[in-house]
Amino acid sequence: MNLLVCGVGGQGVLLFSDILAQLALTAGLDVKKSEVHGMAQRGGSVTSHIRWGKKIHSPLIEEGTADIIVAFELLEAVRYLHFLAPAGWLIYDPLTIAPLPVQLGLVEQIAPQKLVKRIQNRIQKSLSVRAFDTACTLGNPRVQNTVMLGAVSRLLEFPDDLYCQTIKQLVKPQFVEANILAFRRGQELNPISR
Amino acid sequence: MNRALLTGDEAVARGAWEAGCRFAAAYPGTPSTEILESLATYPDVYCEWSVNEKVALEAAIGASLAGARSLAVMKHVGLNVAADPLFSAAYIGVRGGLVIVTADDPGMHSSQNEQDNRFYGLMAKIPVLCPADSQEAKDFIKAAYIISEQFDIPVLLRLTTRIAHSASVVGLEDRTETAPPNYEKQLQKTVLLPAFARLRHRELVLRLDRLQAFTEKTPLNRIEWGNPELGIVCDGVAYQYAREVFPDASFLKLGMVYPFPAELVRQFAGRVRQLAVIEEVDPFIELQVRALGLTVTGKDTLPRTGELTPAIIRAAFGQQSSEHKAEIDLPNRPPALCPGCPHLGLFYALQRQNIIIGGDIGCYTLGALSPHNALDTCIDMGASITFAHGVDKVLANQDPRSRIAVIGDSTFFHSGITGLLNVVYNQSNVITIIADNRTTGMTGHQDHPGTGRTLMGKETVAIDLEQFCRACGINEVVRVDPYLIKETRNTIRRLLNIKKPAVIISQRSCALISARPGAPKKVDAETCSGCRSCLALGCPALSFEKEKAFIISTACIGCGMCAEICPKGAIL
Ligand code: SF4
Ligand code: SF4
Repeated sequence: MNLLVCGVGGQGVLLFSDILAQLALTAGLDVKKSEVHGMAQRGGSVTSHIRWGKKIHSPLIEEGTADIIVAFELLEAVRYLHFLAPAGWLIYDPLTIAPLPVQLGLVEQIAPQKLVKRIQNRIQKSLSVRAFDTACTLGNPRVQNTVMLGAVSRLLEFPDDLYCQTIKQLVKPQFVEANILAFRRGQELNPISR
Repeated sequence: MNRALLTGDEAVARGAWEAGCRFAAAYPGTPSTEILESLATYPDVYCEWSVNEKVALEAAIGASLAGARSLAVMKHVGLNVAADPLFSAAYIGVRGGLVIVTADDPGMHSSQNEQDNRFYGLMAKIPVLCPADSQEAKDFIKAAYIISEQFDIPVLLRLTTRIAHSASVVGLEDRTETAPPNYEKQLQKTVLLPAFARLRHRELVLRLDRLQAFTEKTPLNRIEWGNPELGIVCDGVAYQYAREVFPDASFLKLGMVYPFPAELVRQFAGRVRQLAVIEEVDPFIELQVRALGLTVTGKDTLPRTGELTPAIIRAAFGQQSSEHKAEIDLPNRPPALCPGCPHLGLFYALQRQNIIIGGDIGCYTLGALSPHNALDTCIDMGASITFAHGVDKVLANQDPRSRIAVIGDSTFFHSGITGLLNVVYNQSNVITIIADNRTTGMTGHQDHPGTGRTLMGKETVAIDLEQFCRACGINEVVRVDPYLIKETRNTIRRLLNIKKPAVIISQRSCALISARPGAPKKVDAETCSGCRSCLALGCPALSFEKEKAFIISTACIGCGMCAEICPKGAIL
């Protein structure tokens, strides 16, 4: 399984991928995970490659071979589309966060509808999941990542209790409950399951 | 055996601990930082942030000569700083094993160059080990200690970003205790006076010969036979990519790239039809293969810069390149300073003034970019002050532009101090601005001599920068709060006129560690004229919508800098 996660620094991409990779390890598989984030802490583009299976060599996913891309932001979803395998799924949050050059008026923003069009023109299997909005209605924008995890879990082979167990393992005790709730809500957001 | 998912950095820490390491010193630098952060959580190992890499290595040499297994950790460019003791350490050798970790950064994710530190092994005459995943990172550091003690030599363990920051599965073992430290004086070995050093150099060459025999036999280098049509020699993460691209080929996987296992390579080459070297950045292995007179494919097809990927290898070997092209014309998302970052205020105060500004290494290097355009250079740690000094000495009477250096607090302690002393001693009109955000910001908030805390969490003396600079002989030392932009700008202007060396300490904690100073600000759309003046601050929480400024309330920390610069008073 090749799963690529992308988003903007500060959105919780790294915790999301930590949870998934740990989960695959607990399930007894070989796992590799590799992250790319720029020099500042926030605001830059962030990606994480996670691969699991019987034996994994490269920690990087090749272009055109991701089984699933999980995007926490619309522009980032489009940026990494070329990693998706022809039969792969894109799960994306339609949220947009303007990059600094756009905010400063140096570069023009592309309208969200146009970005969604580009996605639909290029790939067959995509699903928009309002994870950030859902996290906000739960009163905690920071659980956007576990809402996403819930939505993605329906496409993966791992049993439910393994997710909860791993969340407990990796999330600070005081946030476990909120994250498990967010995970459940995320599952409800995805009508497709394998 | 317990299995865990560890990054290469965490695996190095685990390996050092399992090997009975007692002393570890480092200066934080991406991608090596997490090694010491992780090692500091284990018992029985003394860990410190040294003020720079030279200090870290010298301290580790001390610990080694006192009989303890010791570790010095740095990013690739850090080894340049530590190069002086490195070459001597090879002459002196060790008592407790001494391992030096260098984390190279091909692709320059967070560095000013992408030098290939395998060459340091060749030049300093010390063994170099290159792991290809986290399990090997752990195994190799344990092997490195054994080699170090067996051959009386420091060992260089070379990681790359892709090894340091990737996680893979590692089997965990217990710690093996080593003999307690004890010091013995060994004059002829440890005092590098010319007469002794000449002997030690000859001795070193003999040790290298013994290592040569070792490298031919060690299981660190292994052959994986496949189809003999194509034989690939490789190391590090390049091995993983090559395995992915050529699942059926034969491989000579090098774990020890120096001394180079020449015989082994000859044997391997003799049994394959086509020989290729696949390695990242420089042709280190390839040069040595060619020196054996063998015909080989390498950098004639593979790129000499940047990281490798399976796709790049595929393309280089003429396998069909993918039609998976990235979408074009998407706005980039470059790294940015954080909302409310104190550097924003400082850079705003420096904008549009007639000055030449030497920059340095840290988050604040981003001040060179739009909208600030406030820095002229980024060379290496500490070069802001020395650059400005050099410029001043040749332009003093010709160029009306003043000379300023901007350097962070951690960088100042690392190697700004000597530059400042040089300014004082040789009297140049350089204003040094210490962007003191009370931490090492770029690598993720490590402590340093100014913070009053050590890596192991102990309280310690916090160096007072103001007193320190005065003691260096600077009479004009002024402290400003960069959130107060006008005051900061006025102070800079005033000091530019006195034509003497001066220091401005621009002091405010990093926005990520300080509590929010205020409630989020709002733009009053009625009053806002849409002049865009506030955007020049470059705060990521400030944006522009429908011809008016707009503040993203979830991102804004309420520092008030934007309110100060709005000419209409529209930000409340
Ligand atoms: S500086 Fe003030 S008036 Fe000008 S755009 Fe910004 S908020 Fe509006
Ligand atoms: S107050 Fe202004 S400058 Fe400070 S964080 Fe908020 S938007 Fe940015």
